[in-house]
Amino acid sequence: MTTGFELVCGALVGLAAAVGGAVLPSRWRVAATASLVIGACALEMAAAIGVLATGHDARWHSVALLPSTGTTLLLTPLGAIFVILVALVAVPAALYWTGYAPHGMSGRLTACGFATFVTVLLLVPAAASVATFMFLWEMMALTSLALVLTDQSGREAARSAGVWYGVITHVGAAFILAAFLLMTAHSGAQTFATLESHARTLAPGARAVIFLLALVGFGSKAGVVPFHVWLPRAHPEAPSPVSALMSGAMVALGVYGIVLFGNVLLGGGPVWWWLVVLALGGVSALYGSLHAANSTDLKKLLAYSTTDNIGLVLLAVGASGLFVATGHGRLGALSLVAAFFILVSHAMFKGALFLAAGSVQVATGTRDLDLLGGLLRRMPQTGALFLVAAASICALPPLNGFVGEWLLFQSLLHGVNLGSTSGDVAVPLAVAALALTAGLTIVAFVKAAGVGFLGRPRSPGADDAVEVATSMRLGVGLLVTMCVVAGVAPMTILPALERAVRTALPRVGAGPVTHGLQLQLVGVRGVLAPTVLTASLVVAMIVVASLRRGLSRRRDVRVTEAWGCGRELVTARMQYTATSFAEPVQRVFDDVLRPVRDLDVSHAAESRYVIESISYRSHVDDRIESALYTPVIKSVRRWGQIARRLQPGSVHRYLAYGLVALVVTLVVVAVTA
Amino acid sequence: MHVVGVAGVAALQVATIAVGGLVLVGLMRKVRARVEGRVGAPIVQPLRDVRKLLRKERLRPQFSTWIFPLAPVVLVATVCVAALMTPLITSRPALGAGSDLFVVVYLLLLGSAMIALAGLDTGTAFGGMGSSRALTIGALAEPALLVTILALSISAHSSNFPAIIRATLADPGVIVSPARLFALAALLIVIVAESGRLPVDNPATHLELTMIHEAMILEYSGPDLALVTLGEAMRLALLLGVFVNLMLPWGIASSTSIARVALGTLVLCAKVATVAGALSFVEVFIAKLRLFRLPELLAGAFVLALLGAVSGVVAK
Repeated sequence: MTTGFELVCGALVGLAAAVGGAVLPSRWRVAATASLVIGACALEMAAAIGVLATGHDARWHSVALLPSTGTTLLLTPLGAIFVILVALVAVPAALYWTGYAPHGMSGRLTACGFATFVTVLLLVPAAASVATFMFLWEMMALTSLALVLTDQSGREAARSAGVWYGVITHVGAAFILAAFLLMTAHSGAQTFATLESHARTLAPGARAVIFLLALVGFGSKAGVVPFHVWLPRAHPEAPSPVSALMSGAMVALGVYGIVLFGNVLLGGGPVWWWLVVLALGGVSALYGSLHAANSTDLKKLLAYSTTDNIGLVLLAVGASGLFVATGHGRLGALSLVAAFFILVSHAMFKGALFLAAGSVQVATGTRDLDLLGGLLRRMPQTGALFLVAAASICALPPLNGFVGEWLLFQSLLHGVNLGSTSGDVAVPLAVAALALTAGLTIVAFVKAAGVGFLGRPRSPGADDAVEVATSMRLGVGLLVTMCVVAGVAPMTILPALERAVRTALPRVGAGPVTHGLQLQLVGVRGVLAPTVLTASLVVAMIVVASLRRGLSRRRDVRVTEAWGCGRELVTARMQYTATSFAEPVQRVFDDVLRPVRDLDVSHAAESRYVIESISYRSHVDDRIESALYTPVIKSVRRWGQIARRLQPGSVHRYLAYGLVALVVTLVVVAVTA
Repeated sequence: MHVVGVAGVAALQVATIAVGGLVLVGLMRKVRARVEGRVGAPIVQPLRDVRKLLRKERLRPQFSTWIFPLAPVVLVATVCVAALMTPLITSRPALGAGSDLFVVVYLLLLGSAMIALAGLDTGTAFGGMGSSRALTIGALAEPALLVTILALSISAHSSNFPAIIRATLADPGVIVSPARLFALAALLIVIVAESGRLPVDNPATHLELTMIHEAMILEYSGPDLALVTLGEAMRLALLLGVFVNLMLPWGIASSTSIARVALGTLVLCAKVATVAGALSFVEVFIAKLRLFRLPELLAGAFVLALLGAVSGVVAK
């Protein structure tokens, strides 16, 4: 046990950043706040690395800081990897912010909110008592809500996004609080250590209720179907550094919560819990990737793909629980390593993609893919970085997304035929969900990269785009570098993840992967040699390229016009757009997506056979939203209208209410006593 | 000696796939022509075409970027690396330790994704159309493909490809097990879809509205087109090689002795040629499916693969 010196120092530096953001004059505000935020990240990261390296938890307790309960921070290896994950996104995001600030993110409130948000994100995984956790969790929700609204609060879309996000995140927090309260009622104390030690004596029914409450609460933060509806609203409206943090880091903390409850506080559970998690994950992955493939708003596409990626993570978490519950601990550990690897990779590539999307918005003034195009020529570095990050999210070798999916596939592959019927049925279906998700993700991101960055510009905004500030490119570049390093040399981050898995699954023992130059699974046959793979790919490409160069008689490349079926005039409007690119997928999944198509034909006044104009519109709505949320909102509104009748403005009636309430209370007291 | 032997066999494997792939395309055209009552071009015609194209001038459409010339290189390179990993001639390929069916699939996917990007890079209607259709088919084929791999891996307890081949050789009974048969049927449909053969795509068509793969690569010419043609032919040969070695693994060389390797090469070529000839013969009698009927075909493949996986589990 070490003292949490860095932990507290980091928090203090983060607070200093928040204060600085609020009081400093605009000349230094952004630079100073961003530097302090990076400093806070560095200190927290040092604390986390210390925990992982020594294996000793970092602890800090203060009686004074929160009245009546005190504050308890305890950083375990499990929390440590989440702290590192947050820092990995927050440092590039802060760097990016220094260039992005002039485009509507330089206010006092924003600077203060951004610093607070990062600090709170860094501290949530270290919270080790109910009061501390809920305080930090709420701070995280409130600061991010404020950031979604800042600088854009005049816009209707931002306001609506704020309402949706605010409501869902608070309902989620209520579920989490309920789960905690059930546990504290049983254990009598509120530190996580006590909760954990008393959880074994809970009745199975109570355990199940607690787990389901936590699953709903944290699932809503993680953006799992059907609680995903806030993601495609809030992520696009938030300023890009905030979207990157929300999608890369905050959503990951939802998964942290599920692992915290399922594996640590409750110490594992029966098979059906994990089948629920697995099913939730599979459905989220499919639904998210399908909507991502059909989105034309770049940031909305990224938001849906967050649901998709978190779905895959939950699929792995569910598989892990399933394997552990059926007595295959090592395989369960492998699944959990896969889950954490995908989560860390997701933070890297989704952070990069959101930041790059912000650069696109700054440079062109739009996020609508149907209006973009040709950006790789106009913003060569941002474009190239976006392409690499997109390849990474598509799980193409040799990048980090691929390693994550390989680990998940291997754990599922060895998880069939373990003797449990539920597993034998669930695992092949999970593989199918993983595969269809992978295919749809490729459609979504070839569309995003190809339509957005290649071809010809489809609007004047895209035509006039210029490369963004250096610090913005640096921020994206840092994250993309991490993607490449984690893909080519996954052994750099795997030991830390395994250390965290040992905390989550203490009874499993040795790690599931050995790592020298290649990853070798322990106990089952599976080897991946990412460095060799990369090296052979590079060599093969060099050989093929020089072959092409050497055999061609002429060295220069002549630029010609593209084939236009013999027409001279080929315009940018003739290109496939994002909408048309996704049309085949939309038609194939017509029954799931139910796209809305409006066709208005207006006839000329003289004759019905002469058509004056035709307007055609097609859009894909979120069906879960319209089927699940619209009725709830409608009925709440109706009850609200009815409740207004109680409040007619008459003082006499209000006095009567008071009297009736008093009498009823007295009667109840009299009867029950 | 051992290192030299392994490297030599690896080079031979890539060369066989490259040359054999092009000859294979010629052979399939020849079979088709003969069945239709034509004489047809010589079976080495694709080789000559590629040689001719490689010497031509390189052209690049006006608005394209570095993606356009890079994509064919990536396509050929990924197939080459996949060929180094796959037990085709020898059951101990050069990159055998890390040879995983999952890795091979994703390597090929990298090539497809790059070509799809290049289609969009041209800035024309055809490129985008081809990319969109090809990726839709690819996305739908993916579940069938990965569940097939799962089904194939169950008996060997590993998705390591050489391990699957060795397990099959050690216990040939698995070949006629329901798991393997269902999986092979699914794999065949996926191979047809992935390599753009009938009834999914017609490799001989140049009618704009029905093209899938040809639309995507319409702007390529000269050396770049040569690489794309080569890459596609290699991919077809590789996939068929994977198929025949899962179906009938006998004849594959287990050492680097010259006689064994020569025999392995001959046997592989004969097996692949037989399957390709049969495919080409069947193609004469079927028409291309409508694009929006393809999901049904691929869903059928998925069901077969799932049956394979489930029966593999049940048999255990």
